[in-house]
This record gives sequence, structure tokens and C-alpha cells, in this order.
Amino acid sequence: MSHDHDHDHSELSDVELRVRALETLLTDKGYIDPPALDALIETYETKVGPKNGAMVVAKAWTDPEYHARLMSDATAAIAELGFVGRQGEHMVAVENTPGTHNMVVCTLCSCYPWTVLGLPPVWYKSAPYRSRAVRDPRGVLSEFGVTLSDETEIKVWDSTAEVRYLVVPQRPAGTEGWDEAQLAALVSRDSMIGTGLALAPSERESAA
Amino acid sequence: MNGAQDLGGQMGFGPIELEENEPNFHAKWEERAFALTLAMGATGTWNIDTSRFARESLPPPVYLSSSYYKIWTLGLENLLVNHGLVSEEELRTGVSVTPAKPLNRVVKADEVAGILAKGGPVDRPQQQPARFKVGDRIRTKRMNPEHHTRLPRYARDTPGTIETVHGVHVFPDTNSRKLGEQPTWLYGVVFKGTDIWGDDSDPKLTVRLDLWEPYLDLA
Repeated sequence: MSHDHDHDHSELSDVELRVRALETLLTDKGYIDPPALDALIETYETKVGPKNGAMVVAKAWTDPEYHARLMSDATAAIAELGFVGRQGEHMVAVENTPGTHNMVVCTLCSCYPWTVLGLPPVWYKSAPYRSRAVRDPRGVLSEFGVTLSDETEIKVWDSTAEVRYLVVPQRPAGTEGWDEAQLAALVSRDSMIGTGLALAPSERESAA
Repeated sequence: MNGAQDLGGQMGFGPIELEENEPNFHAKWEERAFALTLAMGATGTWNIDTSRFARESLPPPVYLSSSYYKIWTLGLENLLVNHGLVSEEELRTGVSVTPAKPLNRVVKADEVAGILAKGGPVDRPQQQPARFKVGDRIRTKRMNPEHHTRLPRYARDTPGTIETVHGVHVFPDTNSRKLGEQPTWLYGVVFKGTDIWGDDSDPKLTVRLDLWEPYLDLA
């Protein structure tokens, strides 16, 4: 698939032209319907994202029975909140404790729990994270500003099959009596991948 | 295959580049590349394992120097050509000169929500009992297939322990080659960091992978 270059192209403009030509061609062939592409993009821009996962985590923090269901059958428990479908067909929730930290990666591609976190950030799909997460998770975490005690066990989950992992971070101190909506605001995307921790109440105030 | 996609444990890629408040897409073409890939996937002409193999079959210098949606674009182009849906010439010009091939389905906008909600579960009814049970000590195979596989190099020929029996799932190694789903038992396997990386490993590290029965032998 060579491209003849008679003048300088940035990679961006080259790939931009390529994608545009591809869409035109596939439309002309009748293989795709462009409004369906718009609907696909719209779904992940507006409907699916880490707010979904944050609701799951906040509910697990406040509702012991829901927590038990999430830990025993995450797919069904997450479906209770209406989050179902593509890249969330087989969900497993893994929980951080004072002595254990979980972190999720896909070393082979970009597997990620779309139903609860939306589409993965660029760093999750890129070589630096994918190469190091399984070998040097503490070094990776330090780049995210997270330092764990040397005594903390680190469990790294490499998503090699269609099972998708959601990390349930530890509930921050000082949130006793908070409701689900307040708690959900503390649950960052990274805390559910395991490259971050849930925000402390003070961090939330300074972020707001 | 031992392609550029098999990144676990490789070195020299530098720091992780973080972006505050990162958008889903960094350019319009990324949105279109994403949606084109999903829409063509939904035609049922190939499966998710075939499309992963198309991406990891890109030459390593191309794979490693391309952004992720560029990898998707190049992978999609290869799938389209390999399945006879478009020609190289048509890709280059963007102009259709050969008749379209009939597809199983063409996704319409009002079908998108239903298709995404349905997803593509890969669990299948069990046909034979599981060979391993929780707690069994196993060793992953030493293997270097040229076809698609989901046992990364860093975890080959390595002792581990069965932690979870997930059930019977579609086997990517055959499904990617259109040799059928051949559903097979899938296990959650835990490995000690030191068994994978040696004495230099973080002593508190364990790594878990989901692995199919044909990748494993009893230790």
C-alpha cells in the first residue's frame, strides 16, 4: 500500500487523506452508511465514559449487597445500572485494599472496558505503558504521581482475552456519610484502571 | 505472532505521555477511522481476532511509529483488500471501479445502539470438562506461532497457578484464521513477577493473564 509522495506531507495530512478516501470509497460501494458512523462516534462522545464506572464504584462503596454482587458477577451487577454491550461483555471487578493494588493493561493491543470507562486514552494504547506495566508497575505508577508502600502487593492484569477488568479503588478517608453522587465525583478514570487512586475530598475541592 | 504488538517487557520506549482532560479523538479523521472500523466490523465479514491479526501484521517499523487510529486505518485497509472488498488501486484513488461484494449486513444509524448494546459475547456452551481446576500448577507452552495468538512472549514457558476458571470462550488462534471458533476453556492464571522477570523483579509483583487451555500444560 505505497503512497507516491511528490511533495512533503505530514503524517497527519497523509492519514487524513487516506481516511477520507476510504470513507468515500466504502460509501460508494454501499458497505457503510455515513449516518451510522456519526451515531457510533456520538455514542462514545456523549453516552459512554468513565462516569459510568464511577457510578458503579460509588454504589459498591455505599451498598454492601451491590458490592457483593459486583465482586461475584460484575457483568450482571454493572448491567443493573444499564451499562451493557461492546467491550464489556465479560466483566470482572478487582478491588484494592490497604495491602493490595490492582492495575490493568493490555500488552497485546488496547483491550479496555468500554461500557464503564469509554474509549481508552492514548497512553493506555501506547508502547511506553504497554511495555512497562507488566514489568515495572511501581515505576509506571510513579509517573502518574502514585507512590505505594514497598509492602503493597501489586497485581497487574494483562487483558489477553475478552474478559475486561474494572478496578474498584479504595474509598477515600473522610467521606463517611457521603451519598453516591458525591462519591462518584472522587472516582477518576485512572483510579479504575489502577494508575491512580480515588481523589481525597480535599483534592476534589481544589480540582473544582 | 511475534510482532511489534507484543510489547510486554520491552524496553526503551521512554516515559508515558499523559494529557490532562484528554479528548476521545484528537482529530476528525480519528473519529472517522474509529467508526469505519466498527461499522465494517459489524458487517460480519471478519471477526475481532481477524482484525487484531491485521493490525499486528503491520511491519514493526510501521506499527511502532503510527498513532493508534493510524494502526486501525492501515489494518482496516488490509482487511478490505484481503477480503476482496476493495482493490489496492481503489484504495489509492478512493474511486470505486469494481462491483461491490454482497455483505451480510450494512449498519444503519438506527441500528447502532442495538448493536453496541448487544456486543459480541464470546462465551460458549461447554463441550468437554475443564482440564485444570483452581489451584493447579501449570506451565505455559514454549511456542512461537506465526499466526495470531494471545499468549505474549513474556509469559511463555513460565510456571503459574490457575486462579479462575472463566468458562469456555472462542479460541482466537483458530478464529482469527477462519478455522472456526473452536471454543476452549479459558483460565485466569497468576504468575509471580520473579518467575517471569527473574531476580530483578519487584518481589511484590504478580501478573495475571487470561489464557486458553491449549496454551497450558500441567507443571
